[in-house]
Amino acid sequence: MADAGMLRFHVPEPEVRPGGTPDFSNVTIAAAGSVPRPDIDVDPRTIRDMAFSIIRVLNRDGEAVGPWAGLLSSEELLEGLRHMMTLRTFDARMQMAQRQGKTSFYMQHLGEEAVSCAFRKALEPGDMNFPTYRQAGLLIADGYPMVTMMNQIYSNEADPLKGRQLPIMYSSKEHGFFSISGNLATQYIQAVGWAMASAISNDSKIAAAWIGDGSTAESDFHSALVFASTYKAPVVLNVVNNQWAISTFQGIARGGSGTFAARGLGFGIPSLRVDGNDYLAVHAVAKWAAERARKNLGPTLVEYVTYRAGAHSSSDDPSAYRPKTESDAWPLGDPIVRLKNHLIGLGVWSDERHAQAEAEILDTVIAAQKEAESHGTLHAGGKPSTRDMFEGLYAEMPPHLRRQRQQAGV
Amino acid sequence: MPRRTMIEAIRDAMDVSMGRDEKVVVFGEDVGFFGGVFRCTQGLQAKYGKTRCFDAPINESGIVGSAIGMAAYGLKPCVEIQFADYMYPAYDQLTQEAARLRYRSNGDFTCPIVVRMPTGGGIFGGQTHSQSPEALFTHVSGLKTVVPSNPHDAKGLLIAAIEDPDPVIFLEPKRLYNGPFDGHHDRPVTPWSKHELGEVADGHYTVPLGKAAIRRAGSDVTVLAYGTMVYVAQAAAEETGIDAEIIDLRTLLPLDLDAIVASVKKTGRCVIVHEATLTSGFGAELSALVQENCFYHLEAPVARVAGWDTPYPHAQEWDYFPGPARVSRALIETMEA
Repeated sequence: MADAGMLRFHVPEPEVRPGGTPDFSNVTIAAAGSVPRPDIDVDPRTIRDMAFSIIRVLNRDGEAVGPWAGLLSSEELLEGLRHMMTLRTFDARMQMAQRQGKTSFYMQHLGEEAVSCAFRKALEPGDMNFPTYRQAGLLIADGYPMVTMMNQIYSNEADPLKGRQLPIMYSSKEHGFFSISGNLATQYIQAVGWAMASAISNDSKIAAAWIGDGSTAESDFHSALVFASTYKAPVVLNVVNNQWAISTFQGIARGGSGTFAARGLGFGIPSLRVDGNDYLAVHAVAKWAAERARKNLGPTLVEYVTYRAGAHSSSDDPSAYRPKTESDAWPLGDPIVRLKNHLIGLGVWSDERHAQAEAEILDTVIAAQKEAESHGTLHAGGKPSTRDMFEGLYAEMPPHLRRQRQQAGV
Repeated sequence: MPRRTMIEAIRDAMDVSMGRDEKVVVFGEDVGFFGGVFRCTQGLQAKYGKTRCFDAPINESGIVGSAIGMAAYGLKPCVEIQFADYMYPAYDQLTQEAARLRYRSNGDFTCPIVVRMPTGGGIFGGQTHSQSPEALFTHVSGLKTVVPSNPHDAKGLLIAAIEDPDPVIFLEPKRLYNGPFDGHHDRPVTPWSKHELGEVADGHYTVPLGKAAIRRAGSDVTVLAYGTMVYVAQAAAEETGIDAEIIDLRTLLPLDLDAIVASVKKTGRCVIVHEATLTSGFGAELSALVQENCFYHLEAPVARVAGWDTPYPHAQEWDYFPGPARVSRALIETMEA
């Protein structure tokens, strides 16, 4: 007992800051295929160690190994690869469009494409995601039109949200994508409520809640876990741990719990960690959790261990708070490269076909962008009307808003 | 016609709504088996089962947040916050989520929820069981705010709120639950069974949101009030002999501005009464609207009687509560101005 009598205040720090050499030697990574796959009706108390391991399917040689492998056909994997490549290209074009002044703001997924793209394929039509701002792969992988996404990003005359919402805060009930708020963590408990409603209605649909590592510190995260646990809600509780909450390393939100998945243990919720850069592992774990929800076995908490290779948003510069080379040192690699190598290993893909696909996707994205821009961009061309600003707040416009609209001359 | 307390009327509104529409669900702290600390949901779980009426964890953000998710699914949740003073953990969910969901998604998702909460003091509840936070809701674009003053209205307004396609804050003046309290705390309260507004018809009826009611017609001065203050104002009018026209606003947003303007233009004088703190209270909005719309008809400054700008105290409850003496003084001063 050193220094008895004098209290010391503890503030966690990341291992390395700018100028230092990236070091992930403290990240313990289980070998691919080494984590068992329990039955979905497993007693949560017997799998508590899974909250501290990492489920992985793709090994260093690009082979799919272990009990979580074998769920997806080559065709499905090729489609998944295309979704991730599309999302990355979409991001690059929109990031550039933001720099060109065509919109105010953008958030990309660089390095995290597998999480939302693979998860979407584990759901059924009618299921509902309550996403954060970094799950556009849910839309891409469900065939939501890129032009519509871009119209929203540009807040142009064809924006389905009439210019009312920040770029990338999409909404599509049809595609199981709940309106993104821009607030943090609020959607997590809403997802649980949606799932409760589905159970109350004796429906078969499930919900998926999404949150980032930093926002797990919000009280709504804990509200969600209490309600999900109490009512055994049919919901998959996703935590995307991309290591960084803007400039704040994950240790500030995580505290002493070891992992974010471990947050679920106190609620008796089965809690798994998965390699978020492994398309096959993400899909397999999502499928397991979704099946549990659908079979009345209740919620599952899943932590996706990944790395935000890009900036937090178009307003952020990560070089101010982490080494520039940290992304390259991330031990779980890049999700697109890993799936590509796996497919090449299977003999269904090649570098040439990959390059060809990249070119095709770029053409498709550029064509969508041209079409979207024909409807206007934030500061040029067609835009939503001033009248749109007043409408749609209530089902029926109340008298005071009608008076204000008249004052505004619209 | 049967007479009911306000508690019974509110319970009947939920009963009727749950009976008519299986999408209506009711939950909150102590709301299920026990029937709520004020007993507003008594018997609903036994009648409709615990998937339609159930207990919630002590977590207001969770109660409102989950209700928003249920509404997005297609249910019509009517939830209880045990005291309005407990709503602050849910304020983010109410103001930035429930209020804006229709707008931000352009109608892709909507939020037809009702959030009931007992409001106001007069029961020695101290600073955490006495607050009147209505202005914190009327200031938020996208919410509707309702404050009934009697059993008849409480039932009709609550059914209208449950059937409304948008989020409604339903503030229940707890001092009125058992009778029309007029601020004379040293006298017994007349029970609702002896009051004509205790008459509550069986079955389904609505009182439309956004319509005020004239509780006392008069020609000298207009009193704008809601909730408990309606009866305090009536007592003050009787005790001063001033012929006040007392308007019970019933809904603060949308507000029945036409009724207010018509009355003030007739009387030329206006006194605004509420139990909530004065500064930036809803009375400030009312005062500004009267000034903007009735300036050339006013014969006296618009007066406000409100709770003092302090937390609601415990021992000094009746020094704090804007009772009939303070309202009477404001009426006299407004008449003499």
